Amino acid sequence: MKNKIYFKLSIVALALLLTACSSGDAPVPDTRGVYLLIDTSGTYTQELEQAKRVINFTLSELNPGDSFAVARVDTGSFSEKDIVTKTTFDSRPSASNEQKRIFQANINTFLKEVKSSSHTDITGGILQAIEYLDETGAGHKTILVFSDLKEELREGYVRAEIPLALSGYSVIALNVTKLRSDNVDPREYLGRLNDWKQRVETGGGRWKVVNNLERLESLLEI
Amino acid sequence: MSFMDIYLIVPNAFASGMIWFVLLAVLLYIARDPAHQAITSLSRVIHNSMRLSASAVARSESWMLQRNKDVLLAQGREAAERMIEREFERIDATVRRDLAEYPALHRQLSEEATRLDEDYQSSIEVPPAPPGWIKAVEAVAKIPAKGDPVVSNILEDIHVSLEKASDDAMEQCRKSSRERHQILKGMMPHWRKVSQRLSQVNKNVDSLLLRSKSMDRHMAEYENIVQGTDQAVRTLSSSSITQFFVSAFVLAIAVGGAVINFNLIATPMAEMVGGTSRIMGYSVANIAAMVIILVEIAMGLFLMEALRITRLFPVIGALDDKLRRGILWAAFIFLFSLAGIEAGLAYMRELLMQDAAATRALLRADGVTEVVQNSHLWITTAAQMGMGFILPFVLTFVAIPLESFVHSLRTVLGVLAVTFLRTLMWSLRLQGNLARFSGRLLISVYDLLIFAPLWVEQLMKTSADKRTEKADELTESETVSSLVRDSA
Repeated sequence: MKNKIYFKLSIVALALLLTACSSGDAPVPDTRGVYLLIDTSGTYTQELEQAKRVINFTLSELNPGDSFAVARVDTGSFSEKDIVTKTTFDSRPSASNEQKRIFQANINTFLKEVKSSSHTDITGGILQAIEYLDETGAGHKTILVFSDLKEELREGYVRAEIPLALSGYSVIALNVTKLRSDNVDPREYLGRLNDWKQRVETGGGRWKVVNNLERLESLLEI
Repeated sequence: MSFMDIYLIVPNAFASGMIWFVLLAVLLYIARDPAHQAITSLSRVIHNSMRLSASAVARSESWMLQRNKDVLLAQGREAAERMIEREFERIDATVRRDLAEYPALHRQLSEEATRLDEDYQSSIEVPPAPPGWIKAVEAVAKIPAKGDPVVSNILEDIHVSLEKASDDAMEQCRKSSRERHQILKGMMPHWRKVSQRLSQVNKNVDSLLLRSKSMDRHMAEYENIVQGTDQAVRTLSSSSITQFFVSAFVLAIAVGGAVINFNLIATPMAEMVGGTSRIMGYSVANIAAMVIILVEIAMGLFLMEALRITRLFPVIGALDDKLRRGILWAAFIFLFSLAGIEAGLAYMRELLMQDAAATRALLRADGVTEVVQNSHLWITTAAQMGMGFILPFVLTFVAIPLESFVHSLRTVLGVLAVTFLRTLMWSLRLQGNLARFSGRLLISVYDLLIFAPLWVEQLMKTSADKRTEKADELTESETVSSLVRDSA
């Protein structure tokens, strides 16, 4: 009789333990996915040394299991060909460090050989970023846009009506330089920032602008 | 319809209030008896249920007290038995070590005594026997010389001979005495040996006497425990609480050691099992590191059990010596292997940290790949490896405070449970009494609200009483007058 009571109590305790351990929602992976878009149009190529700093910083902050891709923004950016280099870091720390070194070497080669493009398709780049980051299955997704945010599409390219599905994404605009025309009419610059903010937030994403590249610590804060 | 609509029976609020008061007073007066009964019943129900609950809690408390006493006495009896057992073992060891040599000691002492006796016999002085011809010489010496030179010469020769014989005898006597002195001198080491052996015997006997006194003390304690005296319970309780705090302190130190150990092996574990997998939100690498530490602690427990230092698993202690020794060696080998693995992981950790530092330097320095190597880095590496190897063995000793903690925890939990039950009992009694007196208070408040009808009732009662009294008086006077008439 006593044994039966103990057995029942054990079953109840086990059930309570399992209930406590399990949660109702599906667990969010702890990994991070970062996609960096580098504007290679016009005079913005002069800013690429700054992009290198951002890439190195991001590499040093990412952990095993995280994903990172760097892509250029050119005339038509919605293409895998525009991804300069990408990797998902190995779960072993030593292998992950080796991947980081290779990644940096690839970026150095790219920055040496990069050529200026005639048009700037930022929307296409963001769409490509969404596709890539969704595939990685990362828990925290960040799109870094290293650009002046001035979109110049080639005739026939359709981008404006495409909604951006950015739910669960953080979109961070980096080093948004002011153009000559912005100096004439600052409303252009502010309007550009505001347009992008609205597009991102309408798509369900979080928007942030970081122009001071000396303070990158908060860049990948979750 | 708002509250004011209901409230305002007449346009004046005060007048409405008065009307409501009168109405309610009348209603409450009508319902007075049932309301009183309801309040009294409710308060009685609450009071009785609380009282019954308090009695049940009191029974539980007394049961818990008895259980605590039983636990304490059982633990104390076991501890006392262990102590007495140890004392017996020590006495046995002393007897085996010291008194087992007693026949040899006895033989040695007998030999020494025989030697001393022989030496004594040898050293007895025998006076030299006087030469046999002395009497002849005396007779010759009595011959009158009368100036005879021949006789004189003979006597002279005899005198010389006698002197020479005397000198020889004296010399022989001295020689003999010297020899005896030498023999006596030779007896000294034997005396010393005998003295040393006897003092050793004395020391051994003293040690046994001390042990027997200690044994008497333990036996007295044991008897107290078996009899279950209050003094024994108090002593054991105090000792148990002290044990609890001391063992908790040592366990806290051990937990600190385990945390350091964990940090040493958690990072390199990611290299083995991967750093991204998670189980219930915890990194698999961290879980693996924790499992290794827990396995080490478990092996330490088995080791201590097999050494019979602790008694957490009576099954191991009850095994036959051969099997127990097998478990001991198995636990030690596992522990040694895990310690080796930890040392390797600690080395791996250092390598990984260097690799990470080099990568970070490469990324932060924008292409400057040279990393300054510290020439004394091997010291930290060696220290980490040493800690990785030693900490598993150190954690082995956790078994001792753990055993004390587990045993004393039973007593401490029992004491806490008793305190809780007493507080609960007090609280239940308080609530019961509060309910009882609240019922009385409510009845008084109820009567206060209907003071006007009660006052009227009181007045009516008084006038009715007066009327009854007058009627009684009249009846009485009539009875008296009728009696008077009858008698007349």
